[in-house]
Amino acid sequence: MGKVPKKRSLADKVRKTKTSTEIKNNPFEVKINRKKFEILGRKTKHDVGLPGVSRSKAINKRKETLLKEYKLKGKCGKFVDRRFGEYDTKMAPEDKILKRFSMERQRGHDKKDLYNLNEEEELTHYGQSLAEMEKFNDIVNSDDDDEPEEKGLLSAELTASHFGGGGLLRKKTSGDQQDGEGHHRAKSRQELIEELIQKSKQEKRERQVRKEEAQELTEKLDLEWKSIQTLMVKKTPRCDHVEEEKPKLEQYDMMVRELGFEMKAQPSEKLKTPEELAREEREKLHQLESDRLRRMMGDEGGESSQSQIHISADDIHDGFILDKDDKKTLSYQDGKWNVEEESEKDNDEEDDEKEGQSGEEEESEAEVEGEEDGDDEEEEEEEEDEEETSAKPSLSKEEMKAQQEAAKAELPYTFTAPETYDDLKDLLHGHTPDNQRLIVARTQKSNHASLAVGNKLRLQKLFGFLLEYIGELATRSPPELATTDKLIPELYSMCQMFPEAACKTMQSIFGDAGHSSEEVLEVKGHIAFPTLDMLIYLKVTALLFPTSDFRHPVTTPALLYISQALTKCPVRSLQDVTSGLVLCCLGVEYVTFSKRFLPELINFLSGTLHLAVRDKTSIGYTVVPPFRPSGKCSDLLVLSDSESCKSWSKKSLPLSVTQHLELRSDLDRDHHRLMCLSTCLDLVKRCCLLYKDLTSFACIFQPITTLLSKHLSAQTLPELLQELHSEILESIGGAPVTRCRLVLERKKPIPLKLLTPKIVEVLDYGKKRGSTREEREKERLKHKYKKEFKGALREIRKDTRFLAREKLSEVMNRDSERKRKVRELFGSLATQEGEWKALKRRKKK
Amino acid sequence: MAPAKKRNVISAKTPEQSGKKAKIDLNTKVENVLESRKNANDVFDILEFLESRKEKDVVNAVNACSKLFTTLLEKNELFLGKLPAEDEALSGSRSADEKYSMFMRHRYNSCVEMLLEHLNHELHCVKESALCCLMKFAAGEGQHPLEDLDWNEHYSFPRELIQAVVDRLLTKTTDNSLLISRFQEFLEMEDVRYYVMSSIRENVGKVMDKNKGALVPVYQNNVFTLMSNISVPSEESELTTFMIKQEAKHEDWKVAKLNEHKRAFERMWLGFLKYKLPSNMYKKILVILHDSILPNMSKPTLMIDFLSAAYEVGGAISLLALNGLFVLIHQHNLDYPDFYKKLYNLLEPSVFHVKYRARFFHLANLFLSSSHLPVYLVAAFAKRLARLALTAPPTALLLVLPFIYNLIRRHPSCRILIHKPSTQDESVEDPYLMDEEDPAQCRALESSLWEIKTLQKHYHPDVAKAAVSINTPLSGQEEDITEVLEITTYELMERDLKKSRIKSVPLEFETATQLLNGVGDVLGQHFCLD
Repeated sequence: MGKVPKKRSLADKVRKTKTSTEIKNNPFEVKINRKKFEILGRKTKHDVGLPGVSRSKAINKRKETLLKEYKLKGKCGKFVDRRFGEYDTKMAPEDKILKRFSMERQRGHDKKDLYNLNEEEELTHYGQSLAEMEKFNDIVNSDDDDEPEEKGLLSAELTASHFGGGGLLRKKTSGDQQDGEGHHRAKSRQELIEELIQKSKQEKRERQVRKEEAQELTEKLDLEWKSIQTLMVKKTPRCDHVEEEKPKLEQYDMMVRELGFEMKAQPSEKLKTPEELAREEREKLHQLESDRLRRMMGDEGGESSQSQIHISADDIHDGFILDKDDKKTLSYQDGKWNVEEESEKDNDEEDDEKEGQSGEEEESEAEVEGEEDGDDEEEEEEEEDEEETSAKPSLSKEEMKAQQEAAKAELPYTFTAPETYDDLKDLLHGHTPDNQRLIVARTQKSNHASLAVGNKLRLQKLFGFLLEYIGELATRSPPELATTDKLIPELYSMCQMFPEAACKTMQSIFGDAGHSSEEVLEVKGHIAFPTLDMLIYLKVTALLFPTSDFRHPVTTPALLYISQALTKCPVRSLQDVTSGLVLCCLGVEYVTFSKRFLPELINFLSGTLHLAVRDKTSIGYTVVPPFRPSGKCSDLLVLSDSESCKSWSKKSLPLSVTQHLELRSDLDRDHHRLMCLSTCLDLVKRCCLLYKDLTSFACIFQPITTLLSKHLSAQTLPELLQELHSEILESIGGAPVTRCRLVLERKKPIPLKLLTPKIVEVLDYGKKRGSTREEREKERLKHKYKKEFKGALREIRKDTRFLAREKLSEVMNRDSERKRKVRELFGSLATQEGEWKALKRRKKK
Repeated sequence: MAPAKKRNVISAKTPEQSGKKAKIDLNTKVENVLESRKNANDVFDILEFLESRKEKDVVNAVNACSKLFTTLLEKNELFLGKLPAEDEALSGSRSADEKYSMFMRHRYNSCVEMLLEHLNHELHCVKESALCCLMKFAAGEGQHPLEDLDWNEHYSFPRELIQAVVDRLLTKTTDNSLLISRFQEFLEMEDVRYYVMSSIRENVGKVMDKNKGALVPVYQNNVFTLMSNISVPSEESELTTFMIKQEAKHEDWKVAKLNEHKRAFERMWLGFLKYKLPSNMYKKILVILHDSILPNMSKPTLMIDFLSAAYEVGGAISLLALNGLFVLIHQHNLDYPDFYKKLYNLLEPSVFHVKYRARFFHLANLFLSSSHLPVYLVAAFAKRLARLALTAPPTALLLVLPFIYNLIRRHPSCRILIHKPSTQDESVEDPYLMDEEDPAQCRALESSLWEIKTLQKHYHPDVAKAAVSINTPLSGQEEDITEVLEITTYELMERDLKKSRIKSVPLEFETATQLLNGVGDVLGQHFCLD
């Protein structure tokens, strides 16, 4: 029985008790533990001991425990406390009570209630019947009117049932009640119970009927509400109308409900002043621009802010953001977009009207569709006229209206989204470019993603088909680029709606093109220049996606495609030169914002200039493939007659010449050459401006400088080109030739090693310290164990000594008792003997 | 069948006969001839078919001939030794047996003639069957020599026949590559290969001398096809398959010795390379030179002249000659003065655009991996490559940038190219001389790699990232360039296309309304829609 800690605390208690003060003062009781050294800051607990007191306490304790046990040894009868969980300290008192209660109920149940059918167990919550509570809830839900009735019914039973608490209690009260009633009316128990049951049943029925009625009424109200709901949205709710509908209901209730249902006035955003709007626009643009710059630098970190702009967290891709965007762009960009704005508005108005007068429209639509096949051409003409007129800004409203009416008469307003590419082609076939655009726009509107489930997918498909259609338009001869041009806004808006799908479609286009050119390259070693549709795709990519990003899933492959075309396509004809220049234009467009270096561009431009050099014997520059220093096709841009310069004037080349170039006379050919040269020089100029900050600017432009200054003298060129020529040479010459030496980035200095003191945890003084933590811990535990063991041993010894003492005293007690008894017996015997002897003596006498 | 059927019957036969019937006819005739000597004249019928216009007939006849004459050869029924003229033979007083064998020998000879003619037939199947038949004859002749064997030491081999076949194979007029590839299976046999090699040498010498060394592209192409198909086994123990097994002293036979094979191989190639070749032929030879020609030669150093001449040519041919030169320098102690200077001068912008780019950079990497190169040389290479990188496509850049970094890593003293701290912030002009041919004079060490700084602005993200690494000290580990040696543009594209997870696609925020004339449009300045 190790009771060391208890004993210690006992001794402490002894020392602290008030009574002990006099003992403490008694020098015979106090034992002072002498200290060898005074150690500062150490508090000793055991400098003074009271051995007498602690011994007596220990003895007392033993008497209470050990002695009792000893005394009870060999005895079998004793008291046991069998209350549930009485000595279980781990159990919460609530649990204990609950368990005890349930046990009690269980015990009572199987005996008494075995044949009791009527009386059900009632579930309670905080002493309240759950069933009652449910009823109460219903009442609250259904109507307020019922409450007073309920209140009126307040009776003993009701209170009992409502606030009665647990079953036991209730039973008890009912019993009391019975007693009470028994006193008042002489009713038998049986009768009473029957009455009670009847009452409660009736009550129940009534309640049910009431509830049903209320429900019917609410349903009716709901229905009516729905029918007038649409009116409520726009106009102020008409109260009297509702009242007429339900005269039965009370006025007050109606009012209350109406107030509940009434549309609450919601605070709208305050109207912004033009300055605020402008500031917002500027901020938004500023943010977009900074995002673009960040992507250009190739930071991947703060992607979230960017996505917030395009796709908000609440966005469900229903495209509503688009409208907002449009509005905003319109508001800040005037002038250019004015036309666009008008047409947008037109569309909106048309749509509105469409909603309003759908009945009429359908008829007219049917008619129109019947007519359409017959007189397409007429319609087209009409439309063109209208387009012209509508372009004029100053038109009276009546005229506008009339035009809208006319426009309405031509195209149906809803289109089903095409499921295949052929469907789309059929849909667009035979319409003017403007009408095609309208058709696409309307298809898009009538299949808006928020209208039906599959629409999103359908529109995504439509985007793919449109792209395919654009490609096909470019491959037709002659290419119908005007239509493509008109379809661009639709493409853009759809791309904004479904960026992922658009990205996928574009990627697959470039992937296919790249793959096929790779195959051709492996077989032939060179490829043909991209066809016009690829050029258009490249242009469209630049319109839809940002070209300045450090890495972009669409524009990076597109740039690679341009680069491949510029390096691997041999230039064999003027047509090839034109195609190459278109690619160069695109390349410049792609890198304009980011000012990134596109070596292929410079190579191709210098190669193109090389084509115009007449004398190729001593060139002071290297020509990069696909161009050759000399050979069959290296004189493509050399003018056949220097006189043709004079009759030349700059005009834009049509894009279709990349597919089909027909030049009949030498003069035409020379003019085309000059066109190419002017384009090339302009691009060179742009490149000069773009790249003037690059460290190797001079090296990059060295071939072009040599070409321009030595081989393409300005005199033989037309005036316009001469200007360009000198401008380029100026800007190249103006660039700095010297630059700073390359130095590695400074590394952050490595901080000096700090010599912090090594902190060793000291657990036991006077013990070995060099060993590891585990060893020290082990040592400590061993020591502790030894101490504990010794203490336990001492206690056990004390216990046995105590017991032995007790036993001895018992034996002594018993012996002395016996001795006493023996002595008593002897005494009595002696007296008896004496008496007898005395008697004898007396007899003798 | 009546034995009385003679020549006149054949003439009566209509040429329009079904092939099958003709085949049966031919087979029966062959059997007849072999059955008894009385039917010997049927040979003429068979030979007649050989000249037929119909390919089926010819093929059948060729098969019949091969069957007939191989059996005759086995039976030793052909005349041995020097053959007298036909009329003389028949008139002479000889035994009937002898006369018969002489007659048959004459038929055999004319058959061989015709077959050789057929080797230049326009139809491939005819050529092929003729070739097979001739080779069967050669095998038969080898087993049963037609010459008198006077002494035992003689090794019999139908050299003339092989020579004739080779002569016909190497025509000047048509591309025989198909037939030559068919012929390759016979080249598996050691003796045939050996004699073919020597016949080629003779043939080349003869033909080229006749043409006075001028280019004969078709002929040379044929020769090259045939020669490139020949490969000598690497060990003597592998010389096992022979067409003809010599009974006596087989071990001493020239053909059974590997050295002889190698010598023949070497002589053949040297004989061919001696003459002027078309430039694409140079390329073809140089491509296979290092792994299929040089190891098979007994003295590879004999190729030095050819290789150094090719190295001098410049352009792609020089690039290809590098490989052979490397083998010679590396394994045969060739000392090539100015090798690195020439290598330096090979670095032209076109190096990044040619087909053999991967091969060239692989070798250049090997040449420049030596740690004993002088610093100026390595710096010159690094600077020149960097300068050229300004015109390179992204696929080449991904190769060149690690290449330059590796150079700097191997030669830490080149680090001044990317790190040259100076006390004052002076800005200097690039002292490097691009046009200087001597790497020692080009002042590359005084320069810095500004070009790589420029490439940090390259449009392709991977290139830009690779270029950025000169900003910080290079890591100690060399980069492995073997993976990027053969990278293609499409593979680069795929890196972006195949990225499975795209977080969100950034979009252009400027609203597009027209194809041209948008913000920042350049295309619209020069081109219009129509």
